[in-house]
Order: sequence, then structure tokens, then C-alpha cells
Amino acid sequence: MDFLNAIILLLNYIFVPALTYGSQLALGAIFVTLIYGILRFANFATGDMMAFGTMVTILITWYFQSIGISLGVLPTALLAIPFAIIFMIGYMLFIDKFVFRYYRVNKSPPVQLAMVSIGVMFVTQAVVRIIIGPSDRRFFDGERFIIKAGEFKEMTGLNEGLAIKSSQVMTIFITLVLVSILFWFLNKTKTGKSMRAYSDNEDLALLSGIDPKRVVMITWIIAGILATIGGALYGLDKSFKPFTYFNNMLPIFAAAIVGGIGNPFGAFLGGYVIAFSEIFLTYAYKKFFMYVLPASMEPETLIQLLSTDYKFAVSFSILVIVLLYRPNGIFKGKVL
Amino acid sequence: MRKHLNVIIAYAIMLGLIVLVGIFQSWNVALSIFNMCLISAVMTMGANIQWGYAGLINFGLMGYAALGGLAAVLISVDPVQEAWVAGGFNILMCLCLIVVMVFAVRFVLKNFEKSKIRTYGIAAIIIAGIVIIRITSEPSIEAIESVNPATTGFLGGLGLPIVFSWIVGAFFAAGLAFIVGKVALGLRADYLAIATLLISEIVIAIIKHEDWLTRGVKNVIGLDRPVPYEVELQTKEWFINLVAKFNSGKLDLMTSIADKQAALNQLVIEGSSVFVKLCYSGLFLIVVVVLLIITQKALYSPWGRMMRAIRDNEEAANAMGKNVVKQHLLIFILGSAIVGIAGAMLVTQDGLFTPGSYRPMRYTFLIWVMVIVGGSGNNFGAILGGFAVWFLWIEAAPIAFFLINLFTAGLADTHAFKIHLIESVPYFRYLMMGMGLLLIMRYRPKGILPEKIEIK
Amino acid sequence: MAFFEGLKMTGGYGTGPDIINSCSVDVNRGEIVSILGPNGAGKSTAMKALLGLINLKSGAVVINGKDISKLSPQDRVREGISFVPQTKNVFTGMSVEENLEMGAYLRDDDYQNIIEEIYELFPILREKRNQLVGELSGGQRQQVALGRALMIKPSVLMLDEPTAGVSPIVMDELFDHIIKVKRTNVAILMVEQNAKQALNISDRGYVLVTGENKYSGTGQELLNDPRVRSSFLGG
Repeated sequence: MDFLNAIILLLNYIFVPALTYGSQLALGAIFVTLIYGILRFANFATGDMMAFGTMVTILITWYFQSIGISLGVLPTALLAIPFAIIFMIGYMLFIDKFVFRYYRVNKSPPVQLAMVSIGVMFVTQAVVRIIIGPSDRRFFDGERFIIKAGEFKEMTGLNEGLAIKSSQVMTIFITLVLVSILFWFLNKTKTGKSMRAYSDNEDLALLSGIDPKRVVMITWIIAGILATIGGALYGLDKSFKPFTYFNNMLPIFAAAIVGGIGNPFGAFLGGYVIAFSEIFLTYAYKKFFMYVLPASMEPETLIQLLSTDYKFAVSFSILVIVLLYRPNGIFKGKVL
Repeated sequence: MRKHLNVIIAYAIMLGLIVLVGIFQSWNVALSIFNMCLISAVMTMGANIQWGYAGLINFGLMGYAALGGLAAVLISVDPVQEAWVAGGFNILMCLCLIVVMVFAVRFVLKNFEKSKIRTYGIAAIIIAGIVIIRITSEPSIEAIESVNPATTGFLGGLGLPIVFSWIVGAFFAAGLAFIVGKVALGLRADYLAIATLLISEIVIAIIKHEDWLTRGVKNVIGLDRPVPYEVELQTKEWFINLVAKFNSGKLDLMTSIADKQAALNQLVIEGSSVFVKLCYSGLFLIVVVVLLIITQKALYSPWGRMMRAIRDNEEAANAMGKNVVKQHLLIFILGSAIVGIAGAMLVTQDGLFTPGSYRPMRYTFLIWVMVIVGGSGNNFGAILGGFAVWFLWIEAAPIAFFLINLFTAGLADTHAFKIHLIESVPYFRYLMMGMGLLLIMRYRPKGILPEKIEIK
Repeated sequence: MAFFEGLKMTGGYGTGPDIINSCSVDVNRGEIVSILGPNGAGKSTAMKALLGLINLKSGAVVINGKDISKLSPQDRVREGISFVPQTKNVFTGMSVEENLEMGAYLRDDDYQNIIEEIYELFPILREKRNQLVGELSGGQRQQVALGRALMIKPSVLMLDEPTAGVSPIVMDELFDHIIKVKRTNVAILMVEQNAKQALNISDRGYVLVTGENKYSGTGQELLNDPRVRSSFLGG
């Protein structure tokens, strides 16, 4: 019984949250990696682009709520996401046309494009804050829990409860579906393969008759979808605050690089690597050991490897270690 | 003279703008903008040395600036005796342990062949070290933090004049840069950018959460100043006379003694804060001028030529026997040290250290906007960038306010749209920075004052 | 009138000086033609001019009687001109079969039978069809590169130093493959450093010097020409 309690404890405080957080990071990391692989620059506007997509989702959600449309137990935002995606793709293509295209055509070095993306970051951040403001917003409606901790305890008779939020299940489910579709697209369709070819060897792709404009456009479309869904899921699960989104760029970069930048599958796994290590290393295991160990050996301290203050620092340290020992990432970079 | 004309014009315009602020807003505002411009200029020079001279991207400026600020605290605050008694010894022990750990790792690295076992061994040493350090330090950290937590709760500093911290801050930053450089300089340009950005976040996390050292988010306030305090100035005979002399024209117009006295009092209060700011300006100006002379000399020295050669063609420079790695490390350290000075100057001016305020937007990306806008590779350009961008950063809100009022003049003041826009005035500065950066990058990619190297 | 011709081509990179000066080359279907010459003679530039990668100041490129001087490289691919660059000529992160599919990107019909034909031509590729090209040997990679270029069923195949950096044994093997390709009625134009070996399998050859045609003739003629021998073939 104690053993079961210990397992439920880990599930509740480590496994489910890490899986959710990892999914959110994974979507962002694939976004970063796609832009890096195909457009060849580190996009520092990542977090703010996700914030922009989420903002549009929230605005449309509010509109739906005001005219009385809802999805019942599911959050209204799910209905708003498709519309937000369309808007977001428009925004991405607009930025590309007026900002990034010029540097791409002139074959500017990647560093310059990265600088330009900082300009985009400033502008996007300003637009988001001017439109919706800098404060914390929650836009989740519908049924919040699938299993509540109390209900679980009653059901099973265990001491430990397992709470599963519907936003967590939604995040994991939507991420898996989206990522499966993406990998099917990249590996099985002609257009997807042409994107991988373009990422692999741009000159040869041109010689094979692959149209670079088309590849770039599709990349931004996919990026728009990933940014909106990734951002909206994070906002549904936690809350929407522009500054948090900007900060999330950092673990997202870490996930993309740990997974091998340019490699979407690596980025996907990288998201979970970062999420799990953050939570593993900062969780206080005292209670867990109280269940597993006999009473005489019960620990006195929290048994926490690092204080939760260093949550971000964990992922960055992992990144630094990976960069040192395997600069191409755990899963080998640049193979899209 | 002719070829420097654009430099002179650009600086004249900049100073003119600040003077305009002085006339239309107040000299107090103008001087505080000017001082911050000077500090920004120092930071920009640091970044410019790395980027302009050597092509290294350092997105970790924030971390070095914060270390400089930390130096200001550790130098100027009086030591907290009780805290030292409570846990100082243990903390020193832990520092020794860290040193021992580093040497142990170095020893293993030097004396054993590269192998899996060695890697695991090093990992084991580090993990064991962390565990031991945590166990030894935890009680003393608690003890230190519980010493009068509302006012101290940390070890304090050395109680020296704060100006020393400008040098110590440079050394702190240089130390960090040495470690970061050893670790990350081999990386490709954009990887380096990301790595430095993340490392600076780690540094901030440590400064924010190690309360025994920095008081963390509880902030350290009331740092000693290198210049007089306003309140003291206002009581000093010579200062009052000085103010009276300056404004004799105005004061003589007044007839009643009481009026005169009241006006003088008002002028003394205003004057004192202007005077304090002027003192700071003088100190900062000395730093800027000294750094400018050194960096200009360096730029035109054989060393500067070599750095540019490395920047423009690393392989060729390598082939000619220049130690690229070593030079990169050196310039990374030098540039970071300058940022460290700026960080210490900033805390000196503010008189307080707020770890929570170090955010990458303000301390990293804004500085980069300054470098790019000013003209990378050109010290005069970098300083001008620091001035122009900081000026715009501060004046963006009034400008945006003015523009909003202009364009929504037809709307009633209570119109929801207008209210919303006016509420979001502070964020227009981001918009202006972004647009400015994008426009400069597109139409004047070498900055306002482009790099110009004359062979002398 | 030859099948594929570059007529009196003059041009260079950007606004720089002319690298090639009224240089003419032509090739017929079922023929191998080599372009030879010392370093900096403009061999690769001539090939890029034929491909449309640089703009010509004067001269023309004609295929099958049609002037294509104004077409972009992509459009020339549609006209049946395929090119194998000297380096980076495969997609290393993709499988052999995917490389071939990318070669057929412009084809809208079912290209499975063409892939089969390529496998007939280069049997080793069938074996390694699902392997990443980055994991193949140098000679195998060159076969993938050839195969990719052949996927559009080109009428003209241009090769930029196909044997650069491969061992002598692999080089002979590659030349055998090129001859096999020639038998499928493709016009082959190649730039080569290994002049002797190239001329041995070539029907004709051109020797360029400072961007101009210096000598031309059949492979045997050039091999036996004492001036060519002394200057380019090492006696």
C-alpha cells in the first residue's frame, strides 16, 4: 500500500506535470528547430510569437463567450484556436515578407537574421502588451478536472490523491496528435520531403527544381500552427502573461539544442528531457521516502537536490553540458 | 576635420536634444538621462569590443552587469558581524570546498586518459561535491539569513568606498567571462548567443536566490555614495552661496526679503539634486573618456589590427600563426569586464541593488540595440548608440503620449479606445526600439556611425 | 547543329571581370564531352553559364534548337538539363530512395519505374535504398548523386569533377557508370581534373585557357596532340 502511495505521489507531482510541461516545450522547440533548419537562423522572437498567437486565441475566445458560444465541458478556447491559427499565419507571412525575406534574398549571415529577429521580438512584444496588456490572464472555462485528488482518494482508498486536470490531458493529447501529423507530413509527403531536402542542402534542392518560396511559406505556416497551439495550451494549463512567454523562450531553446537543432524529432524529445530534468531535480522527495523506507530510516530534510528557485537554471545547465560534450545535441542535429 | 564632421554633427545633435530636455522638462531629468546615457555608453563599449572588434556575440551582458552590481554591494556595505559569527566560517569552508572540487576535476582531467570512466568520475566528484557543500552550508545559510532578516540577513561587504567596486566589478565580470569563454567560445556564432544568454540567466538566478550573499529579492538599499547627499548640501554655507550667485539675476528682481528667502530655498533644493547629478556625471565622464582613449588606442594598435584580421578571416589569421582561441578569450574577458564596470556604476548611481530588476530585455537586448544602431566596430558609434537609444527609451513614453493625443484628438477623453492606448503608453518604447532596430538593420546596416578604419 | 550548345559565351560573376570569353562548347546525345584546362581557366564558369547560374553578357545557350539563354536554372531543369555539383551533391540526411525522389521533384507522373531503372543502373543503391546517404562511402554517394540527376530523365547531364577526391579504383568504377549513362542516349558534358582518364572515355574534348577555346578535337586527338600533352597531361 505504501509502495502504491509512493508511485501515485510521483505520478501526481512529477510525471503528469512534467509530461504536460514537456509537451508545451516540445511544440515550441519544434518551432525553433524548423525555423533554424529551413530559414537558418535562431529566432529570438519565439516566445513573443507564441504570446501573440495566444493573445489572438484569447481575444477570439472572449468574443465567442460574449455571443454565448461555448463547448460545454471543454474550454471555448479550443474553438478559437483554428481562427487564431489563421490570423497567426497571416502575421507570420506578413513579418516574413516585410522583414526576413530581404535578408534571405541577400543571403545575409545567420547572425544578422538573429539580430533582425530581436527587432521582431521587440515589436511583437510591444504589440501584444499594447493590445492585451502585460497582466496575468486566465481564459480557461469548462470542466477543470478529470480526476480530483479527493475523488481519487475515495475511489482507491489510498492516502495520496492523483489530480488530473483536463488541460493536462488536452495538452498531451493535442501535442501527440499534432506531432504525429507533422512527422507524417515531413517524412511521407512530397512537400514535406522537399522541406527536409531544402534544409539538408539548399543548393541541391534548387537544382532539383524545389521552389524555395514555397518551402519558406509552408515553414511559416507550420510555425504559425505550432506557435499558436503551443502558446494556447500553455496558457490554458497555467495562465497567459506576456513576460512568462518571453522567458519560456529560454527552456525552449534549451530543448531544441539538446535535441539537436534542426532535428524536429530531437526537439520533441528535448522538450521532455528538459521538463523531466527540471522537475526531477527540484522535487522534494521527503514524502516519497517516507512511504518507501521503513519508519526508522525516515529522512529529516526535504531531500531536494536543488531548490525550486533554480528550476530554469537546471535546464540551462543541461544545455551547457550538452553543448560542451555533444554540440550537435543528444539526437544529432541538422537532419530535419 | 572634414572626415570627422559626421561624428561631430551626430554628437552635437545628441547633446542638443538633452539640452532641450533640460530647457523644456527640467535639468534634473536631463541630467539623469545624461548619466544613464553615460552608463549605457560604457556597457555599449563593452559589447562593441566583443562584437565590433572580434565578432563575438555576447547575449549575457545582463549577467556581467549584475555581477558588477554585486561588487558594489560587497565592497561598500559594512560587514554584518553577527552574520559572520553565525555562519561565516562555514561559508568560507564551502568556498574552500569549491576550490578543492575544481582542482580535483582539473587533476583528473590532466592525469587520466579521456574515457567513459573519467567522465563518470568527474560527474561523481561534482555531484559529491555539491551534496557535501549543501550539507555543510545549509545550517549556516539559515543562521545567516535569520540574523535580523528585515535589515540584513546577509554577510554584508567590506565597508570600503563604493568607487573601488568599479574595479572589483570589472574583475568579477572578467572572472565569469573567463569561465564562460572557456566553456562556450568554441561554439558557432548563434549557439554562442544562446549559450551566453542562458548562462547569464543562471547567474541572475544565483544572485536572486542566494540571500546570504546578496539579500536576494529583498534588495540592498542605501548604499554609500561617492558624492555628497542632497540634504547635507542644502545646509552647507558655500553651496547656498553658490546657488545664490548663479541665480543672482533672478533673485535681485525680488523685492521682499521673505520672497527672496523662499525662492532661494526652493532653488537650493533643486540645485542640490542637480549638483549631485553633476558630480555623478563628472565621475562617469572620466570613466567614459578613459575607456574611450584606451579602446581607441587599442583599435589602432597592432593588436587591434590583428583582432580585425581575426574577425574578418579567422582561418587566414589562424594560418598566420595568430592564436585565435586565446585572443577571442582575451577580448571576451575585456569586453565583459567593461560591462561589469558599467554594472557597478549603475548600482552606485541608484544607491540600491535589486536583483529582481535584471531582465534580459533591459540589460542585454537593449544594449545590443545600442550597439547595432550606433555602429559596431566604431567606439564613437557605440557611445552615440548608447546615448541615442537610451534617450529614446526614456523619451518614448512622452513622445507616444503626444502622438496618441494627436491622432485621437477627435475622440472624447473617456473613449475606451483612447484610454486603452494611453494606459499602454509604456509599451510603445518596445515598439520604437524594435522599429528602430529593424529600420537601421535594413537601411543602414553598419549603424549611424559606421566603422571606419584609416591606416595611420 | 549540335543538340546542346553554348555559343560564344562571355560573362563572369556579378559585375566582375569576364571569366569566359566567347567560349563555345557543344554536345550531342549519346556523347561524352570533357572540358579541360588549367586551374582558373573558366571550366566551371562555362558550366555555370550553361546552367544559367551566371548571367551572360553575350552569347547564347541552345538546346535542341531552342534558345534558353534567358531561362532561370530551375526552368532549364525543366528543359531536361541536369547537373551534378562537385561537392554537396547529395542530401546526406535523407535515405537513398528519398534522394532519388527529390531528383524527380518536378515530375508529376508516377516515377517508380524510373527509380527501378536507376536501381538497374546502380545495383548497390537498391541494396541501400533505406539507408541514410550520409552513411554511404564516397563512391556510393557519387552514384546517388548521378542517380538523383538522372531522375528527371535528362537529355543533357552535366558533371562538375565527378571524380574529385575519390580513390583511383572508385574513379574507374565511376567512369564505367558514366559510360553506362551515356548509352541511355544522354548527352554528357563534364569538367575534369583527371584529364587523361577523362579523355580516354570522352568522344570529344575542349581545352580552355583563360576562358577561351584553345584546342578541341576527339579524345584521342587531344591525347596525342603534343602541345596538349606537354601543357596539361604531364608529358
